[in-house]
Amino acid sequence: MKKNLNLVLAAVTTMGLTFSAHAEDYITLASTTSTENSGLFDSILPKFEDATGIEVRVVAVGTGQAFEIARRGDADSLLVHDTTGEKRFVENGYATERADVMYNDFVLIGPADDPASISEAKTAAEALSAIAESEAPFASRGDDSGTNRAELRLWESAGVEPGGSWYRELGSGMGPTLNTAAAMDAYVMSDRATWVAFENRQNLKLLFEGDKVLFNQYGSLLLSEEKHPHLKHDMAAKWHNWLLSEDGQQAIADFKVDGQQLFFPNAQ
Amino acid sequence: MEENAFYVALSLLVNLDASLYQIVVLSLQVSLLAVVIAAILGFPLGAAVALWQFPGRGGVIVALNALMGLPPVVAGLGVYLLLSRAGPLGELGLLFTPSAMVVAQVILVLPILAALSRQKVEELLGEYREQFVSLGMSRARMMPTLLWDARFALLTVLLAGFGRASAEVGAVMMVGGNIDGVTRVMTTAIVLETSKGALPLALGLGIVLLTLVMVINATAYILSETAKRRMG
Repeated sequence: MKKNLNLVLAAVTTMGLTFSAHAEDYITLASTTSTENSGLFDSILPKFEDATGIEVRVVAVGTGQAFEIARRGDADSLLVHDTTGEKRFVENGYATERADVMYNDFVLIGPADDPASISEAKTAAEALSAIAESEAPFASRGDDSGTNRAELRLWESAGVEPGGSWYRELGSGMGPTLNTAAAMDAYVMSDRATWVAFENRQNLKLLFEGDKVLFNQYGSLLLSEEKHPHLKHDMAAKWHNWLLSEDGQQAIADFKVDGQQLFFPNAQ
Repeated sequence: MEENAFYVALSLLVNLDASLYQIVVLSLQVSLLAVVIAAILGFPLGAAVALWQFPGRGGVIVALNALMGLPPVVAGLGVYLLLSRAGPLGELGLLFTPSAMVVAQVILVLPILAALSRQKVEELLGEYREQFVSLGMSRARMMPTLLWDARFALLTVLLAGFGRASAEVGAVMMVGGNIDGVTRVMTTAIVLETSKGALPLALGLGIVLLTLVMVINATAYILSETAKRRMG
């Protein structure tokens, strides 16, 4: 029986050791589900790793949670899409620098027969008002993500306080929200990247796009050395600068799904 | 779509590509390691609660039984706050590593192993008590004998613990972060593919996971049956 125990202990140690056999040159990046789900990272991270030898480990969560992870010092770098929140993050001293990296846009998705006729609307605010008036089901992320925050700002600008049985707050990520919207034939606001890469569309269709207020800006942040001295600031700075460099911007522009470019670099 | 998923599962298994292989291996490593650690801690704990009388024993039994139903996401949140840089064990830098996932799964599995082994050992103690007393054995000496003689029942307990570990997603998602190539396991990969709307692939991965669990259970069954037969 003692022999058995030794065997078990040996197995445990070996298994433990294999965990620690990972590369040292890596940073942890807190980012959003839209960038991960669309496949952007799979396309650009190998290029960054080739150029610098630094591996980027992505934790893809909603923007609200990404801020929280960075605030607690659990990520070396932050790439999100909530400009207002990002600026506040810098003001509060958690980040020292924020820069525009790229943009895409939000689109309004809904059932193909379009009961609220939003495809005829001229502005996004008009489209949302039409949905509220017809009380057609609308699936909201409801998770304090960048998309959720942008959606709430749009309702505000439309002068509608969403509520009632037609407005369904799902409290989940973009993909699960699209799955649910597809199942209940609801309207939904999505970032274009997740929508284009999304496979389970069923009866859903892109119905409204192109209003300037649907602009979706992504920003990269350099986190504060003062607040979190233990972070890998040097490597994180390399990543931040690479994103803004010609190579990084080109890599973003080169990423396409079905021949369609999903993110448009716009670093200054 | 279901037919499609079986086809996907089959082709996943047949062309076992490098990234799926890595995910499968990591899933097994994390969950098996968690079960082994939980067993080393949980079986003696369960046996001790069965053997000794102490004040608050009833409370411990109720707590262990109740913790069998601990929601994985709550365990994950607890471990997250513990291992986060702003938390008490942040210095270790374990968050978003497989080690953090093991810790979270140990917390999920430990109550199952302790609570169920407590019950098995207590039942066996009822049968053996007179013999033990006539031999004048101390409680500490009884423990290994009881655990050893309950080993076939404990194997089933172990499999229940493994089932819990390999099936949960809430805890590993939260403390592992589902990082591609580092902390992505079967269940978090299924969540990711579902959120991409790639439902056949997600279901296919689910079938692969089930197959894997089935193989492990079959192996355990065959081993224990062989051992039982050898003992007569």
